[in-house]
Amino acid sequence: MDIATRLAGVVKDCPDFPKKGIIFKDIMPIFQDPDLVKDTCLSLNEKILEIGKPDAIVGIEARGFLIGPIMAQLLKIPFVAIRKKGKLPRECHSVKYEKEYGFDEFDIQTDALAQGSKVVIVDDLLATGGTLEAAKKLCDKCEANVMSHCVMFELEFLGGRARLADTPVITLVKY
Amino acid sequence: MINLKDYIKDVPDYPKKGILFRDISPLLGDGKALKYVVQKLAEKAKDADIIVGPDARGFLFGTPVAVELEKPFIMVRKPGKLPGELVSFKYDLEYGSNELQIQKGVIKPGQKIVIVDDLLATGGTTRAIVDLIENQGAEVIKVLFLIELEDLKGREKYHNINTESLIKY
Repeated sequence: MDIATRLAGVVKDCPDFPKKGIIFKDIMPIFQDPDLVKDTCLSLNEKILEIGKPDAIVGIEARGFLIGPIMAQLLKIPFVAIRKKGKLPRECHSVKYEKEYGFDEFDIQTDALAQGSKVVIVDDLLATGGTLEAAKKLCDKCEANVMSHCVMFELEFLGGRARLADTPVITLVKY
Repeated sequence: MINLKDYIKDVPDYPKKGILFRDISPLLGDGKALKYVVQKLAEKAKDADIIVGPDARGFLFGTPVAVELEKPFIMVRKPGKLPGELVSFKYDLEYGSNELQIQKGVIKPGQKIVIVDDLLATGGTTRAIVDLIENQGAEVIKVLFLIELEDLKGREKYHNINTESLIKY
């Protein structure tokens, strides 16, 4: 069975969560199967390497933290965290953004990424694209080059990819 | 031999005056150090049926350890993040207070659980996770941390369940 079928098979639809009208994709069951987690990370990395080897994986809090460090370890490169405002110590770049449901603000440490470094941004899912767009803006502030956005799932019907303009988007399952 | 403290940056007066924050970013940014940590934690967690880790820094270490051991990873999260039927517990932090939740039925009675988190401070977070797990009829056989702030005596908060940490301050 291919990775997309395996992933789609375990994800649970939760209607009206976190609020009415939204069908939440519950990805937690994926992490109950360690082979599936590993194979997912390997598949994503394979697609990343088709574009080129990055210098770092940038993972978005919190669900990007579930796969980002594993992917970074497998590629033998650093993992850098993008966190909600106020969670990272020392000097940070910040960006405000609109999510699928609500507004938020993200930080990255100013010394996290070297100028000119090539990075891949990792999160669990692409919905409206607001989160990934904000993450790219933070990487831009660090003067790093975003090679691609990398997610397990894409909700195509929300048109998020258009918001991400020229940056390639790697995804395993499309809805 | 890796000296893990070399990969932790001390940040005084963060998030507020009087608190010395241990920044793990340099460790996450170093492949050898992170691999060493994951392997050491995995060795100590090998008797677990399930690895449990809290939102968000617990995810950083919990999932790699679970994959290394080929065991399931179950998340404990802040309110509003997990769908479905949930069990909740409110607790005090080193700075503030919070509530944690777990999905009902993902942990089965009698299962052996190892909790993995980045740092043990006052033990409030761990106490909440232990409670959520014991509420499901499962047993916490060990609690593992990258960092332990020994002076805060966090272990006492969750009735001294077998605890190990890789870095002690």
